[in-house]
Amino acid sequence: MVRFQNVGMRYGLGPEVLRDLTFDLPAGSFHFLTGPSGAGKSTLLKLLYLAHRPSRGLITMFDQNVAAVPRNRLPGLRRRIGVVFQEFRLLDHLSALDNVALPLRIAGANRKQAEDHVRELLAWVGLSDRMNAKPPTLSGGEKQRVAIARAVIARPSLLLADEPTGNVDPAMGRRLMHLFVELNKIGTTLVIATHDEAMISEFRRPVLRLADGELSVEGA
Amino acid sequence: MMAFFATRTDLALDRDASGRFLPWVIAVMVFMAMLALAGAMVLQRATAGWQRGIEGHLTVQIADQAGQPMAPRLAAAVKELQLVPGVVRAVPLDRAAVELLLAPWLGRENLTSDLPLPGLIDVEVAPGGIDVAAIGARLARTVPGAVVDDPKPWLDRVLRLADLLQILAGAVVLGIGLATVFMVIFATRAGLSSHREAIEVLHLIGARDGYIAGQFQRQTLRLALAGALPAGIAAAGSLIVLGVLAAGAGRGLLPTIGFGPLAWLALAALPVIAIVIATLSARFTVLGYLREML
Ligand SMILES: Nc1ncnc2c1ncn2[C@@H]1O[C@H](COP(=O)(O)OP(=O)(O)O)[C@@H](O)[C@H]1O
Ligand SMILES: [Mg+2]
Repeated sequence: MVRFQNVGMRYGLGPEVLRDLTFDLPAGSFHFLTGPSGAGKSTLLKLLYLAHRPSRGLITMFDQNVAAVPRNRLPGLRRRIGVVFQEFRLLDHLSALDNVALPLRIAGANRKQAEDHVRELLAWVGLSDRMNAKPPTLSGGEKQRVAIARAVIARPSLLLADEPTGNVDPAMGRRLMHLFVELNKIGTTLVIATHDEAMISEFRRPVLRLADGELSVEGA
Repeated sequence: MMAFFATRTDLALDRDASGRFLPWVIAVMVFMAMLALAGAMVLQRATAGWQRGIEGHLTVQIADQAGQPMAPRLAAAVKELQLVPGVVRAVPLDRAAVELLLAPWLGRENLTSDLPLPGLIDVEVAPGGIDVAAIGARLARTVPGAVVDDPKPWLDRVLRLADLLQILAGAVVLGIGLATVFMVIFATRAGLSSHREAIEVLHLIGARDGYIAGQFQRQTLRLALAGALPAGIAAAGSLIVLGVLAAGAGRGLLPTIGFGPLAWLALAALPVIAIVIATLSARFTVLGYLREML
């Protein structure tokens, strides 16, 4: 599904934030991505959701060399990737419902069917009564759940989540983790960035550990 | 159409500042362009009319001379003119016709019957021209006080001026078109940078450039319609009122302001063209901007 070979990444002319990353994410795998703040977790995820190109090295995703994919075929790849951004990145003037429906709308889905599907998912994450609220009126935990719903609504084959349980209480955090586990069971490949060691040890999945821009893989 | 207007945009474009000023700018542009085009068309018709009326005609004028009756002198001049090769017809105008010509300038009441008026002869010449100076010399010998009036040099000057004015009107319409394009590009660029964050999110969840451009395009179409349609109606109304006023002011002096179906079609095309170029400018501005993003 994903293969990194000697990938390096720097912002502008700054220092290399990621150095010589080489790893594989087999289809259907479930990895945690951890490391101290500033280690480069978000940067690695940006490479995975095609928001940045690496400064060097080779990234292969869905059997394609990402650097060689022409611009007009990037949207097709991105639709197979669901992302929960660390800062959510919801569109403030759209309701929770419309935010979650966005990936379906963009892919040209039938409006009515999309809406039913979105309502069901929002109910599942406990937001039945907040569907028409706009993000600025939502709490951090509510925004996080809207962001997760938007990431999974279109059934991506690769799901990336940047600290997705950082703003919810432990009970909701566990509920969301079980959602991820269920998605993984139906074949979704997952990478979840977190620095919650308790969760990592509870769910016992292989860990990509970043320190000083270098990566080690544990428990594969 | 209704669904189209009801479509909510993913980007909050309806709150942009351009929503307030773009319709006004486009309205002013469309109004001015339509008046400039109308002016050019009125001028075109007027000069064509003058040309048709004047070409192939000379006027001979016989000044009134105290103590000499006009009728025999007119008759002598007509007889002489008919001998000149190239003259097809020479017709003296009677006093009533001369009074009619002078009425717009002097008013009918001021034309008392004892007012001395010049004698006029309308001369039709064969196509290909004629030596005006030679006729003049020949006439002056037979009928003292007769002068040949050749309107051609005057007509040529008027036509040159009219051509220049039409080129100017064309330049005005073109300039207005360019200004509209630049305004739309400017407004669209402002919109793009204020919505950059949301655009990036749309990209990352798989939106194609065309999807994002479509949102700007629809918004610009709405704003352009809101400006161009009322402006088009206002310009058409103004032209109709101007036409009525010009007709009332006297036919001889002002060219008639009236348009045939083709001319109205050309005028109606201007708001449509403005809407199309505004919309396309928005689209291509967005596509160009997005190509710079990953
Ligand atoms: N847009 C950016 N421009 C420049 N430097 C950045 C940018 N984003 C992150 N960085 C730097 O890259 C390093 C890794 O950041 P990040 O990937 O956000 O780490 P993490 O998510 O593990 O906390 C940090 O030193 C951070 O300052
Ligand atoms: Mg981070």
